[in-house]
Amino acid sequence: MSARAARVLPGFSLSLGVTLLFVSLILLLPMTSLIGQLSTLSWSQYWAAITDPRLIASYRVTIGAALAASLFNALFGLLMAWVLARYTFPGKRLLDALMDLPFALPTAVAGITLATLYSRNGAVGSLLAPLGIEVAYTWLGIALAMAFTSVPFVVRTVQPVLEDLPGQADEAALTLGASNLYAFRRVILPHIWPAVVTGTGLSFARSLGEFGAVIFIAGNMPYRTEVVSLMMATRLEEYDYAGAAAIASLVMLVSLLLLLAINLWQGRFYRHLHGGRH
Amino acid sequence: MSITVSDVSRRFGSTTALHPLSLEIKQGEMVGLLGPSGSGKTTLLRIIAGLEAPDSGSIHFGDRDVTRVHVRKRRVGFVFQHYALFRHMSVFENVAFGLRARPAGERPSNAEIRDRVQHLLERVRLDTLAKRLPAQLSGGQQQRVALARALAVEPEVLLLDEPFGALDAKVRLELRRWLRHLHEEFGFTSVFVTHDQEEALELSDRVVVMSNGRIEQIDTPQALYRAPANRFVFSFLGETNRFGGKHQNGRLQQGEAWIAMERSNIAPEEVLLRPHELMLTTAPDGRAHLPVRVDAVSPVGSDVRVELTADWMDTPWLASITHHDFDRLQPERGSELYVIPSRWHQFAPESP
Repeated sequence: MSARAARVLPGFSLSLGVTLLFVSLILLLPMTSLIGQLSTLSWSQYWAAITDPRLIASYRVTIGAALAASLFNALFGLLMAWVLARYTFPGKRLLDALMDLPFALPTAVAGITLATLYSRNGAVGSLLAPLGIEVAYTWLGIALAMAFTSVPFVVRTVQPVLEDLPGQADEAALTLGASNLYAFRRVILPHIWPAVVTGTGLSFARSLGEFGAVIFIAGNMPYRTEVVSLMMATRLEEYDYAGAAAIASLVMLVSLLLLLAINLWQGRFYRHLHGGRH
Repeated sequence: MSITVSDVSRRFGSTTALHPLSLEIKQGEMVGLLGPSGSGKTTLLRIIAGLEAPDSGSIHFGDRDVTRVHVRKRRVGFVFQHYALFRHMSVFENVAFGLRARPAGERPSNAEIRDRVQHLLERVRLDTLAKRLPAQLSGGQQQRVALARALAVEPEVLLLDEPFGALDAKVRLELRRWLRHLHEEFGFTSVFVTHDQEEALELSDRVVVMSNGRIEQIDTPQALYRAPANRFVFSFLGETNRFGGKHQNGRLQQGEAWIAMERSNIAPEEVLLRPHELMLTTAPDGRAHLPVRVDAVSPVGSDVRVELTADWMDTPWLASITHHDFDRLQPERGSELYVIPSRWHQFAPESP
């Protein structure tokens, strides 16, 4: 009773209750049914379901493309965040708003648009074709679609950290005689590094599961340009719910471990930075 | 290294931060730029440092024209208002930064860097905290790290932006004294910005008083306090009581209150008085008739500060009287007394 009376902020039980209800409905319930599906499989069946050769090829394609996409996003997103945080120019607000477009746009629309643009007769693809570069229906197209849908993760995690950079730290570095590159490497980069890693990690996790944008540009050739999420969709079309659930459980596990690792590492880093020794 | 500022001006969009101004700072001098916020003092300091470019005019360090020289080549030490320490680096690494940042050919060896940083940390009495991160230090300690970091590159000019602004009063006093010693020992030329008149008067060889992007007066603290050039300098340098009225029959009169005086041609309708130039009595005499009511009494320090109000004042007055007078008069909140001014000052009205 005394603990309840001591709480100043009102509405704790109600808001926590609603939160838990929603977590149950939209997170836990689907996961329970996933596990329910999995329980119909024996361990050997499960193992067979996740080590199908065609599926293993799709792991390779997905992870490779997601890595390429998230590394590209790390660089490009950092640049975008830098421009948005450090300079003022006309149209900055518009550019800032455009950054969220990949989140707002239905992924299928993005996929179809990219496929049209980058196909051999498309506006961009026709320019690249003479150079021998094919984007649509190749591994490169998959990476492109993944990069498009996940770039806001990097921009939106790095931008606030850059804006929050201790005032004048880089000016201080310059007065001490540091070159621009040295100041960036030793003063700015260590500060934004965790945000860049987090953003890239999120971008990678999102790319692993990307479906809508990818399937239209991937061409979906077995062993060559099939992604894991497509494999799940294929299993579902074959009414192999347990097989789809097996793949889903693997993807979910990888994503969860990835996010957990990032969170733990980041927490440690910030505690260190803010001087806490607890 | 002497600093010569010639006809430097700066605009930010449509606002003029600095009107063309010139300033000579001698080798080894410590100069305070004093002014209210928006007076252009920080802009001037940043232009001297090279963090800001002037729209016109030139900056010389000694004979060297540094107007177009990049901040990293100017060899100035700059201490920022909020220290701008590198939060992810230890105290030691912060101080070593300037040495490590040098191009490979000029960089001292690791052993030499260690010795020099260690020596500096001893000088600022932080050698026991070398491994700490800035966030684990108090404000005063962070300020000393910022100073040691700036001094590590052996600048000939040290520039400080509101160096003690964020510290509490006691630490501030200690650091002020310590900076003065350091300045004398190292012999660099220092320029610092402050809005605290006491700090400027105590620390500087000469004070530059600024307002609205212009220099109002450059003088030694004594000269500045004794002979302020104009009304702005007078009122900015200390507590000021104002008496405004109309001159008639040898008196400056405002309602029932008056001070007997000759009509002044510079400021016929106003006199300014410092708190220590007011005497409190129980009865008026032929010199003045200024009835007041005591609003607050603060008997802390060498003088007793008494806040006074009356209907004829536009803002409350402050009188500082000796403890002796205080014991004699026993003023308390609500007491009715009279003020006799012992001295007053008159200046031409400020141009808007």
